[in-house]
Amino acid sequence: MFVKLTARSLTRSTAHWLLALTVALGAALTTAITTLVAGSAEQVSQQLKVYGSNITIRPQQAAALDELYGTTGSATLSLAALPQIKTIFWAYNILDFSPFLETTAQVDGQEVRVVGVWFDETLTTPAGEELTTGVHPLRQWWEVDGEWASGSAAMLGQNLAATLGLPVGANLRMAGMPEIPISGVFDSGGEFDDAVLLPISLAGQLAGDADAANWVEVMALTTPDNELARRAAADPQALSAKDWETWYCTAYVSSIAYQIEEVWDGVVARPVRQVAQAEGEVISRITQLLLGVAGLTLLATAIAIANLVTKSVLERSAELGLLKALGASNLAVLALVEVETLLVAVVGVGAGMVAGVGLAQWVGWQAFGSAVAAPAAVLALLVALLLLAVLLGTWPAGRLLWRLKPQEVLHGA
Amino acid sequence: MSLIELNGVAKAYGDLLALDDVSLSVAAGEWLSIMGPSGSGKTTLMNLIGALDTPTAGTVVLDGHDLSRASARELTQIRRQTIGLIFQKFHLIPQLTAIENVMVAQYYHSLTDRAEAFAALERVGLAERADHLPRQLSGGEQQRVCVARALINCPKLVLADEPTGNLDEENEAQVLRLFAELHQGGTTLIVVTHDPAVAALGGRTVKLSHGRIK
Ligand SMILES: Nc1ncnc2c1ncn2[C@@H]1O[C@H](COP(=O)(O)OP(=O)(O)O)[C@@H](O)[C@H]1O
Ligand SMILES: [Mg+2]
Repeated sequence: MFVKLTARSLTRSTAHWLLALTVALGAALTTAITTLVAGSAEQVSQQLKVYGSNITIRPQQAAALDELYGTTGSATLSLAALPQIKTIFWAYNILDFSPFLETTAQVDGQEVRVVGVWFDETLTTPAGEELTTGVHPLRQWWEVDGEWASGSAAMLGQNLAATLGLPVGANLRMAGMPEIPISGVFDSGGEFDDAVLLPISLAGQLAGDADAANWVEVMALTTPDNELARRAAADPQALSAKDWETWYCTAYVSSIAYQIEEVWDGVVARPVRQVAQAEGEVISRITQLLLGVAGLTLLATAIAIANLVTKSVLERSAELGLLKALGASNLAVLALVEVETLLVAVVGVGAGMVAGVGLAQWVGWQAFGSAVAAPAAVLALLVALLLLAVLLGTWPAGRLLWRLKPQEVLHGA
Repeated sequence: MSLIELNGVAKAYGDLLALDDVSLSVAAGEWLSIMGPSGSGKTTLMNLIGALDTPTAGTVVLDGHDLSRASARELTQIRRQTIGLIFQKFHLIPQLTAIENVMVAQYYHSLTDRAEAFAALERVGLAERADHLPRQLSGGEQQRVCVARALINCPKLVLADEPTGNLDEENEAQVLRLFAELHQGGTTLIVVTHDPAVAALGGRTVKLSHGRIK
């Protein structure tokens, strides 16, 4: 009979559709937002990472001098040792890296600045994996006239190109070197505008050391910094064993830098602070903002449910009062309304969450060009929260129902 | 032995005294008629006897239970076990068929039994209408469903508040014939009516005026 009462009233009443729609809308919005927050932190981080390197590796000695005097000493890194950074725990998060070697060359009797880099170096990691890496992803924002160099070509900074009067396609003649074609002229925004960029092997010949780099820049995919990451950055040794493990096994920029130092003796790996920190802060603020919006949506949903269910109980007060007069206990009548509402809500939550995950995918494709993961744990938590909101939403109606006096609704004129 | 004992009962709605010092005793098996002008407190009295409400002062004892001191839960229990209610307006659940409306009363009393519910409908002459929805039934037929629902659990006491007020003569006669059957079967009946002819069917008539028994 309970089932029959529920089923009949569900199929009869159109008010339930409105309730289902309300719940579905609330569920869709909260799901979309939460999924985006939970699933796209990585994509957002990746987007920001497109704007360059976030870790620099230097010889220990040079780093110390740099910190003391602001100069780079003569110590260098060994190129041969570089591939081992791909053996750290977070190896797959290292997306790109390139060594840099500063030296000079004579062009037409003039001394010019030379920077050796990898343009597109294919190398084999200690794990036997082949990969191609180079400076292009680290300096994506450069405006290049012509082409990014590959093989043994050179690129000229725009100022140097103007001084030397060499256009794209011309050949660069450096003392003691074969002629090298100029594939492109770049605007680096200042950094290397007065320099010629060469493959590091050629720069090494000029410097007289084929295995040397002054520093290495790494672009790694990182988890935005949080409070733990900030404490770890201050002093990893001060963390409790458990915190240390959490930190070590999370792709914070500081833990990746730390792991690089672990595998490579005699180097100092430092997060490029400004970028990494600002990035973490922006992401965590946006996350907070979005979660706040999701919370408010949930609240609005509960309020809308409260209105709809209260209205429906008022409209059906004669019927519900009659059940009480016939001997139904308060609890029995309440159960009837709650079960009805929950059934409708479950349909709404289901449909809404499917739509919400879909919406998140659409936004994901629009914003990042990729799908957004919807973690099961997050979805489960959402289901619980949404149903809780529904239950809370039925609270006012429940109170009304509890106080409903059958004699008052039944004898009304 | 009396089934109902009212002693010095008063019911106030704010300043308004709907019932004032009413004492009344109804024996088991009696058919009592209640008459009185509109607003004289008839429905209020029925609500008190029917365990739907509690008095402001005085005691109401029904079948040995003191209703004036019962909790809401106990009132529900007593209502379920002892009373069958019939209203002036035919209160049926609109989305349930006639037989299902009868079964609702079974459900909250004990267990549903379709055959028994059907027998009750047969008794009020609505066997062929069992699967109709209330809106497919005439007023008289709806009231007969209400009667079937009121008698389905074999209550000791049937309370009818102006049961024939909205019925045509033929349906009125049918409902009254059912009351007579119930009475013969030993059920205690209290019927509120404006119609002296209906009141005359009862063994005794109580007249209310301004909340007092005349
Ligand atoms: N729930 C209530 N709240 C306030 N006044 C009420 C209520 N129920 C009845 N009354 C008042 O009590 C008086 C008696 O009402 P009622 O018992 O319904 O009279 P009757 O059934 O004889 O017409 C009336 O004046 C009515 O307005
Ligand atoms: Mg009345």
